[in-house]
Amino acid sequence: MSLASRRTVFLVAAVGFAALFLWGLAGLPDFGAYDGVYGETLNRVALRQRHATNLVAAVTFDYRGFDTMGEEYILFAAVVGVAILMRAQRDEEEDAPDDDARDRLTPRTSDAVRVLGLGVFGPIVLFGIYVVAHGHLTPGGGFQGGVVLATGVVLVYLAGRYSALRGITPGASAEFAEAAGAAGYVGVGLLGLLASGTFLFNWLPFGTTGLLTSAGMIPFINLFVGLEVAGGFVLILTEFLEQTLVVREVDSGGPEGKRERDRS
Amino acid sequence: MSFAPFAVAAWLFVIGLYGIVTSRHLIHLVICLSVVQSSTYVLLLAIGYRTGAAAPIFVDTKPGAPAVDPVVQALTLTDVVVGATVSALLLALAVQVHKASGTFDPDELDTLRG
Amino acid sequence: MEILQGMTLLFVAVSATGVVLTREPLAQAIMVSFYGIILGILFFVFQAPDVALSQIVVGAVALPLMILLALAKARGHAE
Repeated sequence: MSLASRRTVFLVAAVGFAALFLWGLAGLPDFGAYDGVYGETLNRVALRQRHATNLVAAVTFDYRGFDTMGEEYILFAAVVGVAILMRAQRDEEEDAPDDDARDRLTPRTSDAVRVLGLGVFGPIVLFGIYVVAHGHLTPGGGFQGGVVLATGVVLVYLAGRYSALRGITPGASAEFAEAAGAAGYVGVGLLGLLASGTFLFNWLPFGTTGLLTSAGMIPFINLFVGLEVAGGFVLILTEFLEQTLVVREVDSGGPEGKRERDRS
Repeated sequence: MSFAPFAVAAWLFVIGLYGIVTSRHLIHLVICLSVVQSSTYVLLLAIGYRTGAAAPIFVDTKPGAPAVDPVVQALTLTDVVVGATVSALLLALAVQVHKASGTFDPDELDTLRG
Repeated sequence: MEILQGMTLLFVAVSATGVVLTREPLAQAIMVSFYGIILGILFFVFQAPDVALSQIVVGAVALPLMILLALAKARGHAE
C-alpha cells in the first residue's frame, strides 16, 4: 500500500477512533473532581495500617504486591529477551572493544568529560542507594533507584572506556543481581506464606512511622526490586554496548569482518 | 481545563498511532509506540488527580487530608520502568532485523527470511 | 497551579507531536529525551512525584541511551 493511501485510511480510522475515545472519556468525572473509592480509603487508613509515609510504595509493594511481582517478571522476561537477541550469534564473533583498539573509530573522550564523569559517579550511586532505601518514606523506591544506579554504572563507560565498564561489572554480576532481585521478591512472598499462610503477607513489625526500619517488609521488597531493576538496566545497556563495540560478523565480508581478517 | 488532560491523552494516543502507521524506520516506530504508551500515563494520573490535593506522601500531612489517588500512581510508576525494558526488547529486535536485511524500513521487508 | 498544568499539558502535546514528526532517528533520540523531561514535569504538577522521578530517569536518560546505542550499531554495520 502506498504511503498516501495508507495515510488516508489511517485518517478515516483515526477520526472515528478519536471521536469514540473522547466520547468515552467524557463519561469520566471532570479533571480534579476525583471520587474514587480505593484512593480515598487508602489515604485514610494506609498510614495507620502500614506505617509507610509514601502511600504509593505501600500500594505498589504491599496492597498490590502480587501484581507488582507479575510486572517484575515482565521486566525480567524483557531483559532476558534482550540478552538472548544481543549476544553473539552463530555467524558472529567477539572482538576486542572498538574503543580499545589502536585504530579506534571513536574519538578519545575529552578530559572534561572524564573528570566530570568520575566525579559524579560516586554521588549518583549514593543517590541511587538512597532512593531505593527510602522508598517507603519519600518519593522513590526500587524502580526509580534501580534505574539511577544503572545510569551511574553507564557513566563509567562515558568517562572511561568499555573495558572499564566491564571492570566494575565483572563476570555475570549484572545477571546475578537481576536474578537475585527477581528471586528475592518471591522469597519475601514465600516467607509471608510460611509466617501466616498468605503469600507476600507483611508479617514483620511495622516499627515507628518515618524511620528507615518501618513499614515491615516493604523496604526489603524495595531492595530486591532495586537490585533487579539496576541489574536489568545494566545488562540491557552493556548488551547494547557490546553489540556495538565488540560483536563482529565473521563471514559476511563486510568492512569490519575484512579488517578483522587483515589484522590477524 | 476540566477536559484538557483527557484530550491530551487522546491526542498522544492518536499522534503516536499516526507515527506508527506512517513509519519508515523501525526505531522511529518503537519510539512512536512509547508515545502511545505515555498516553495511558497521562490518562491514569488525570483520573486520580483532585484539585487542591497534595501528593500521597504523608510526612507532614495527617491521614485523611485531601491527597491524590495513590493507586493510579502505583500502576503508572511500575509501567514506566517495565515499559522501558519492553522498548529495549523491541530495539534489540530492530537491530537484529537490520543485521539480517540491512534496512530499518519495514516496507522493504517484503519476505521474511529464515 | 491550574495555569501551570495547562501550559505543561500543551507542552506535552506539542513535544509528542514533535517526537513523532521527527523522522531523522538521531534527532528523534534527542527529542525523546526532551519529551521525557516535559512528561516528568507534567507528572510533578499532577502531584505524582514518584512517577515523575521514574519518568525522568527512564524517559530522559535510559530510553534515549538505548536508542543511540541501537543506532550506533546499525551505523557501524552499514559502513
